[in-house]
Amino acid sequence: MAIKKKFNPIRTPMPEQPADVRNKNFKEVALGYSREQAIEEANRCIQCKVPLCQKGCPVEIDIKSFVGHLAAGDVPSAYRVLKETNALPAVCGRVCPQETQCEGSCILGKKHEPVAIGRLERFVADTFDSDSACEMITGHTACSLPNDQVKVACIGSGPSSLTVAGYLAARGVPVTIYEALHEIGGVLVYGIPEFRLPKAVVAREVGALWAKGVTFMPNWVGGKTITIQDLIDDGFDAVFIGVGAGLPWFLNIPGENLVGVYSSNEYLTRINLGRAYDFPNYDTPAPRPRNVAVIGGGNVAMDAARTALRLGAENVYITYRRTQDEMPARLEELHHAIEEGVQLELLTSPIAINGDENSHVKSMTLQVMELGEPDASGRRRPVAVKGKTKELEVDMVILAVGTGANPVLLEATPGLNLSKSGYIDANPETGETSIPNVFAGGDIVGGSATVISAMGAGRKAAKTIAERLKVEL
Amino acid sequence: MSNKILQKKALIPGQTSLLVIDAPQIAKKAKPGNFVILRIHDKGERVPLTIADTDPEAGTITIVYLVVGKSSALLETLKEGEIILDVCGPLGKPTHIEKCGTVICVGGGTGIAAMHHIAKGHHKAGNHVVAIVGARSKDLLLFCDELGGFCPELLIATDDGSSGHKGFVTDVLRDRLEKDKDVTEVVAIGPVPMMEAVAKVTKPFGVRTVVSLNSIMVDGVGMCGACRCNVGGETRFACVDGPEFDGHKVDFNELRMRLAQYKNQENESMDLFRREHGN
Repeated sequence: MAIKKKFNPIRTPMPEQPADVRNKNFKEVALGYSREQAIEEANRCIQCKVPLCQKGCPVEIDIKSFVGHLAAGDVPSAYRVLKETNALPAVCGRVCPQETQCEGSCILGKKHEPVAIGRLERFVADTFDSDSACEMITGHTACSLPNDQVKVACIGSGPSSLTVAGYLAARGVPVTIYEALHEIGGVLVYGIPEFRLPKAVVAREVGALWAKGVTFMPNWVGGKTITIQDLIDDGFDAVFIGVGAGLPWFLNIPGENLVGVYSSNEYLTRINLGRAYDFPNYDTPAPRPRNVAVIGGGNVAMDAARTALRLGAENVYITYRRTQDEMPARLEELHHAIEEGVQLELLTSPIAINGDENSHVKSMTLQVMELGEPDASGRRRPVAVKGKTKELEVDMVILAVGTGANPVLLEATPGLNLSKSGYIDANPETGETSIPNVFAGGDIVGGSATVISAMGAGRKAAKTIAERLKVEL
Repeated sequence: MSNKILQKKALIPGQTSLLVIDAPQIAKKAKPGNFVILRIHDKGERVPLTIADTDPEAGTITIVYLVVGKSSALLETLKEGEIILDVCGPLGKPTHIEKCGTVICVGGGTGIAAMHHIAKGHHKAGNHVVAIVGARSKDLLLFCDELGGFCPELLIATDDGSSGHKGFVTDVLRDRLEKDKDVTEVVAIGPVPMMEAVAKVTKPFGVRTVVSLNSIMVDGVGMCGACRCNVGGETRFACVDGPEFDGHKVDFNELRMRLAQYKNQENESMDLFRREHGN
């Protein structure tokens, strides 16, 4: 294996807004590679005979090929390769945990820094104008729908459904996506903040699907406005359920319903979907607290904490019951949060939220913890230090302690088998549920995970649907 | 669904209006007790409103709103033939309706409109429906003709005595309960103090009492928990577990304080709206 002469062991750095500037605005943190930077980085790829990176990709992007085209300066060809398997490259290039997937498998990573595949994916997707993606892929300006004797419905418009739609639309199948909210994108628009994934990027990818003939139906609530049975009766040959795991968990500690206590879902939905950061220009109000505690150590906790900083909070604390090493958040997100001024209150677990005479949050009582023996997840279990508590003065608390299955659609669907924890029981190979030709994927099957794992599940289900409808290429 | 306003009627001029909206899919699915979420413009917030009536054949739903803040003031600017940007529903669990005997439906203010749909449901199920409606004065009463059309008893209370009993709906309710021990259920929809007072009155009678909570909501489909409330010591979401709950178990104090949490922003928004619209 010959490594190129001028091989650089360090990946090309990503240009970013400085921390003390970006923590006051909602513009994107990472600015993206220039063409020169992208081509330079692509040329660090050694074009392995057996590329391990591709095995790490849930949507099976031909990474070697797209990076190869980019290294040669051929961006359109790189884009075509990406779009062949990934309906949302501009999204994935931003929010995938590449360090545990493609980049985590990159051979260069053994001795040096792996190729920055995610950043390259973002560059290619951003450079190419998605609006003419259809022409790009099919060679026609408007996509014909040659398989319109069949049709498929998706419930929910998050990453898994968008992937199903992209896969089937590329095979000429008309797809209708029903979405409960007024905007398309699911967690990509209500959950992930603008500074990590601009809404315009999501809109561009959605626009590309629209150009390929996908129909979007916002304000249609699965299980309320329309049921699975209605869709079957309407002649849909297959239905894909991709409704996510949107039910927020609370901790059942005293004071949880005080004014100033939010689920991360509420806080982020107000700000992202409702654009409350731009109140009163937008009508949805958001709280403007001075001292904020975010409970939890995942990516959502990081998003909520960084959002609170941007809205002018003086102190934002993340309280987490283990240490920094056990935090489930991506390292990059944690680093960004700390750089921007988020303070960590580690080894603490909230036991009560305390209110003032107006029932407004004034402080939170934390139990001090220490690490004990490893638990089932392999992480060391946090154990309470007897009698040791501390008080954190805060006027807002955000709970980012996870989400579960939202029962609205499930309760309205007789015959749909659920797992013990309330998620949909779907065949892991095909995505099919207990109801024939009804498929499910993403967080509503596996519990809350990543955008890309939902897309991987969507791709699996879409393949089964395509085979069954005899439209596979 | 076109979301077109087919009919607009000022029930109380400048204050309360009724809209008949073209929304066939919602009309087909909606049951008494359900609500919809509206958005009026592309920078708008999501506003929950209880469905006051439906006509599945005509494909329409009826909503009634009180102009209290910017969003309802914006809704009030729309005219017949215009389109409401987003209409989403039907949401919430429908009212539990079965043939059970005598049901008293109490409505206060704009809540009378929502109560009307439930009273109609109970009537259709074969129950003897007693409607009790209240407002500050006669001009502020709603839906009396409609309720009078199917309810064998329509009892009225006004603060100033301009119509019916001079006083509160709770006075009339207590009277009615004392006269008749066979009332199976009381349903109350209106301002929080009214629903709380109704629950207090019915408690000694041991009558099942249902109240409909108008909590602050964002998505309305169980995603955020903004509407959470304490019912019998348990946290419930008004949007998906309700909006109707056992009135004897609801923590009304908590509901009141949670309803007031955006007062400052609501006023700021409304002031800005007034300045922009020159009044």
